Amino acid sequence: SETVKITLPETSFEGYMLDIPELGFETSKQSLLQMYKDMVIIRRMEMACDALYKAKKIRGFCHLSTGQEAIAVGIENAITKKDSVITSYRCHGFTYMRGGSVKSVLAELMGRRAGVSYGKGGSMHLYAEGFYGGNGIVGAQVPLGAGLGFAHQYKNEDACSFTLYGDGASNQGQIFESYNMAKLFNLPVIFACENNKYGMGTAASRSSALTEYYKRGQYIPGLKVNGMDILATYQASKFARDWCVSGKGPLVLEYETYRYGGHSMSDPGTTYRTREEIQHMRSKSDPIAGLKHHLLELSIATEDEIKAYDKAARKYVEEQVALADAAPPPDAKLSILFEDVYVKGTEVPTLRGRIPTDTWDFQKNDFANRT
Amino acid sequence: KTMTVRDALNSAIAEELDRDDDVFLIGEEVAQYNGAYKVSKGLLDRFGERRIIDTPITEYGFAGMAIGAAFKGLKPIVEFMSFNFSLQAIDAVVNSAAKTHYMSGGTQTCQIVFRGPNGAAFGVAAQHSQDFSAWYGSIPGLKVLVPYSAEDARGLLKAAIRDPNPVVFLENELLYGESFEMSEESFSPDFTLPYKAKVEREGKDISIITYTRNVEFSLKAAEILSQQHGIDAEVINLRSIRPLDVEAIVKSLKKTNHLITVESTFPSFGVGSEIVAQIMESEGFDYLDAPVKRVTGADVPTPYAKELEDFAFPDPDTIVRAVKETLSVD
Repeated sequence: SETVKITLPETSFEGYMLDIPELGFETSKQSLLQMYKDMVIIRRMEMACDALYKAKKIRGFCHLSTGQEAIAVGIENAITKKDSVITSYRCHGFTYMRGGSVKSVLAELMGRRAGVSYGKGGSMHLYAEGFYGGNGIVGAQVPLGAGLGFAHQYKNEDACSFTLYGDGASNQGQIFESYNMAKLFNLPVIFACENNKYGMGTAASRSSALTEYYKRGQYIPGLKVNGMDILATYQASKFARDWCVSGKGPLVLEYETYRYGGHSMSDPGTTYRTREEIQHMRSKSDPIAGLKHHLLELSIATEDEIKAYDKAARKYVEEQVALADAAPPPDAKLSILFEDVYVKGTEVPTLRGRIPTDTWDFQKNDFANRT
Repeated sequence: KTMTVRDALNSAIAEELDRDDDVFLIGEEVAQYNGAYKVSKGLLDRFGERRIIDTPITEYGFAGMAIGAAFKGLKPIVEFMSFNFSLQAIDAVVNSAAKTHYMSGGTQTCQIVFRGPNGAAFGVAAQHSQDFSAWYGSIPGLKVLVPYSAEDARGLLKAAIRDPNPVVFLENELLYGESFEMSEESFSPDFTLPYKAKVEREGKDISIITYTRNVEFSLKAAEILSQQHGIDAEVINLRSIRPLDVEAIVKSLKKTNHLITVESTFPSFGVGSEIVAQIMESEGFDYLDAPVKRVTGADVPTPYAKELEDFAFPDPDTIVRAVKETLSVD
């Protein structure tokens, strides 16, 4: 397809112990369009989550990434299916980008059998091919991500692990344990900090003695990226992948971004920051509006075409919501409750329900002690 | 033929490394130092640093890293220098290893073994003397094995490494140097054991349900009981905490109608407590001629002085006392 030349603003990157990526690069018109469509779908999907949560169709915790779409989309467009991605509980967009359908994501959130995790995981535990969750314990996915990189290296694969975490998680000791081992072992791991400025309601400056997260690898080179600009996140992610795959070891990437909504659905997100701040980010730095501007400027799409994409995305997500909502929940049967505690065929002989007569026998595939 | 528990573990690991390139050993001092307790002696020379990996002292980090590697299909053996240090990593073991298969609806497996010495040791005081069987045994998604003899160690470890689920493998440092008789078949590279209890000594008067080092004390107690009191005790070596072989326990109870449990843990919420509950909830209850008694560690952080330490854990005499009380024998 036709290519276009992109020149990123000077302010896109800041490097630590490395030369920043080229500001000028070529990419195809088609891939820019695709990035736009992906971001719009993710935003629509998150808006649907918001509505479904408020309609009480989604239970428990639900963390939305509205405002942060450029990261999941930028990374996926820069890597290959051989690479690994792992993140925290703010995972809907990544799941979609790694191949999970909108329907299967929403069905999971609504606790349906048709969900990506068959209704066993919920909002925080989504998986896909090459996507290792969806992890609920803040920071715990970072050593896991180092392990994905370890496996790539062990198997001698030309692939790397994108290990995402937030500015809040970045102070967990295990992040520094992972940095240390990744450097010692020269692992192909990108420690990708999504700095959305707040860990729950704690501003980065109140949680982190050094808020330049890209420098926190100390002995690991780092790169700060404008995470609100999809073209910059794409170029930085590509640079990071090349860095790791060429054997240079780990890299710390900081995507400077912003979440428009609260930390989770129970947080209005206004007690620890001003409405003006949110409004300012939305109107000045929105990743979708930013790419739209480029598409128009580069004559890749007209205003009408973009409107049509937006409309199509909205319609598509609405259809997927309907399909997900029509999907049945898992039956409250012991055979389903106990399925997947262990790998099929290697279960412990029995698992106990709420009373002894509700004990399930995997060999009989029936109740253990009911006749 | 005999073998020490240490050599049994070493040979099991070596054979599984030979058998499957996806298996590797990782932990503190496992490579150049040859293992803090020499379980991995010689493995670095034989398999090289790709497969035998020294880590910095960062349990949370390397346990998590190994779990991530397992998500991608590798089969790590993680050595905790002591299971006391596994508390630094218990979030990784419980939340990341044990639960991911379930949370992913069965789409993401985690084949991994966490192994190392566990339980009370000699003269190392409270932070280094503790049995975590009940802790890990309570977690759905994990399997928890507790070998006693060299044959147990070999057969169970090889089974654990091949198990597609996360397995916590609790060794006892005080048994590493002990030699045991080995069966002919246990030398086979394909030797594995099922996670089932083993009757170590047949008896008809009382069942002693125990595991790891307390099997030894229970066998000694059984000898004393037989010689001095004419009591014929059956000793059951659990070998596995999760799954717990309730069938074997009840079967023995049906024969003896009396039962005690023996373990070196804190008394509360322990393996013995679980066994009692299982008996109450099964037909086992109908066969009891006396209440079950638990022999446990004392409800105290492990003391340092030998006199107090000895006083805090089961020994043959304590087991004999518990049996006599259960059977109402003077």
